[in-house]
Amino acid sequence: MVELVAEQVSVTLGRRAVVRSVSARLRAGEFVGILGPNGAGKSTLARALLGLVPSEGAVMLDGERIATLPRKQIARTIAYLPQGQTLHWPLSVERLVALGRLPHLAPYSRISAADREAIARAMRVAEVDALAGRIATELSGGERARVLLARALAVEAPVLVADEPLASLDPAHQLQGMEIMRAEADAGRLVVAVFHDLNLAMRFCDRLLVLDGGRLVADGNPCDVLTPDLLAEVYGISAMFGTGERPGIVPMQRLR
Amino acid sequence: MRASPSLLLPSLLVLVAIAALLSIAIGSSSLPVSTMVDALTGKGDPVIRAILIELRLPRTILALAVGAMLGLSGAALQGYLRNPLAEPAVLGTSNGAALGAVIAFYFGLSNAWPLALPIMAIGGALASLALLFLLAGRSESPLTLILAGIAVATFAGAGISLALNLSPNPFAGMEVMVWLMGSLEDRSFDHVLIALPCIAVGMALLLWDGRALDALTLGEDGAAALGTDLARTRLRLLLGVAIGVGGAVAVSGAIGFVGLIVPHLVRPFTDRSPSAILIPSALGGAVLLTLSDVLVRVIPATTELRLGVVTAFLGVPVFLFHLMRERRLW
Repeated sequence: MVELVAEQVSVTLGRRAVVRSVSARLRAGEFVGILGPNGAGKSTLARALLGLVPSEGAVMLDGERIATLPRKQIARTIAYLPQGQTLHWPLSVERLVALGRLPHLAPYSRISAADREAIARAMRVAEVDALAGRIATELSGGERARVLLARALAVEAPVLVADEPLASLDPAHQLQGMEIMRAEADAGRLVVAVFHDLNLAMRFCDRLLVLDGGRLVADGNPCDVLTPDLLAEVYGISAMFGTGERPGIVPMQRLR
Repeated sequence: MRASPSLLLPSLLVLVAIAALLSIAIGSSSLPVSTMVDALTGKGDPVIRAILIELRLPRTILALAVGAMLGLSGAALQGYLRNPLAEPAVLGTSNGAALGAVIAFYFGLSNAWPLALPIMAIGGALASLALLFLLAGRSESPLTLILAGIAVATFAGAGISLALNLSPNPFAGMEVMVWLMGSLEDRSFDHVLIALPCIAVGMALLLWDGRALDALTLGEDGAAALGTDLARTRLRLLLGVAIGVGGAVAVSGAIGFVGLIVPHLVRPFTDRSPSAILIPSALGGAVLLTLSDVLVRVIPATTELRLGVVTAFLGVPVFLFHLMRERRLW
């Protein structure tokens, strides 16, 4: 069972301390949401979890320091969906999703039947099979986001770290994205996702990490974490909270 | 426009063969195929045999190899820098090699020992690479590398201008100018022996990282998360360009635009991933440069046209085509 542990991880970019001494133990089967205001250090923490940015403290992947592991081994264990929709060449959707198989290919070998199945599976799960022949750079923002999610799923890694996978998706596809990540976690994977929707976090996540100013200010069950006090302190907002049968959070007013 | 990718390589190979045959057959005296075959298999007129093997064959081999190197390095750099306008000149490699050659001219080294010129050119390419690494530091952003490359290219260009400025007499300056325009005239097997090993090493290094280039479609973080060691990829790629293009410029002079044009010509026939255009660009570069070199021999002119001039003229319509497509006029 895969385990990703952050031990007092701090990241400094330029002269700014972006992540400050964050510790958390993330286990297989969990769907962990990372929340926090803009600039709180969410994306940087996600990058540090993959060893993509130099950090103090330690990130341990199954008991080994991630900084000492070869990139290829990390790539087979953690699939990463970067923030934004960077796409430098006009590849077809199918070719783009196939990039997810790169960590599994031996040098100079061709893509195998198993790889093709993984690609087809990922496209089916993300419901982008119909787009297979389209050019990815010509898709709408939302379609492209789903194709990039399929690309990350095609790695079929035990861990998925997704940075803003719901950005530019309509409500139905936001729901679809959350369902996919929930299903991945239920299948025994560890899913870590950065996003902003408080209601979807409450509905789908097992656990929320809330960052503010680079510090981890809350870690726990969504219902325990998302309190009026926390929203006031972290986001500076007041919200209307649903109860019992009808949970939900409706942001009402800015407090500062 | 989407032709079948499986037909691309065979068609390019046929074109390479045709270009090579034309290059051997056409010159100041054109030869029929039967005479060529006789000469190359050791029969027939010994004079014709000497012309073919001593004069035309090295020229053909160099045109194919230099063209392939320029095409491949353009494709690899466009993929690595994720910039469709990248070519070896962008990183200062071509200018660095040219400066090395100009220094050999300027101090009379090339008169004392003809091979000093190509060797100094390769030295110049490697020196430009060292300077590039010094300026770019550990940054992995393509923009840093392009800025550092422009600085290196400008510096080497200034050095070339300085040499022309200080040249003792107009003839010395003219000699340098003519060399800079690029040519494969009067090349021997000595030149082949200098250029080929460099080009072979350069091409091997550039063909190594096709998958890393594909992964870079997703940006640096995306590529690293797919298992790419970005620092090593960069080292192999830049070394490959410096050694290979250094060797090419050493024997041919500065030939622009091949590295820029060819990837654009072959890309529409592939799935457009950076790895898919590497080998086609090498073949396409070989065809383009060999045919350009045939062209300079058949165009009637009082002095033979320089190869770099012809490729520069060929570059213009390709840019116009892209411009029109950007403006949606096509």
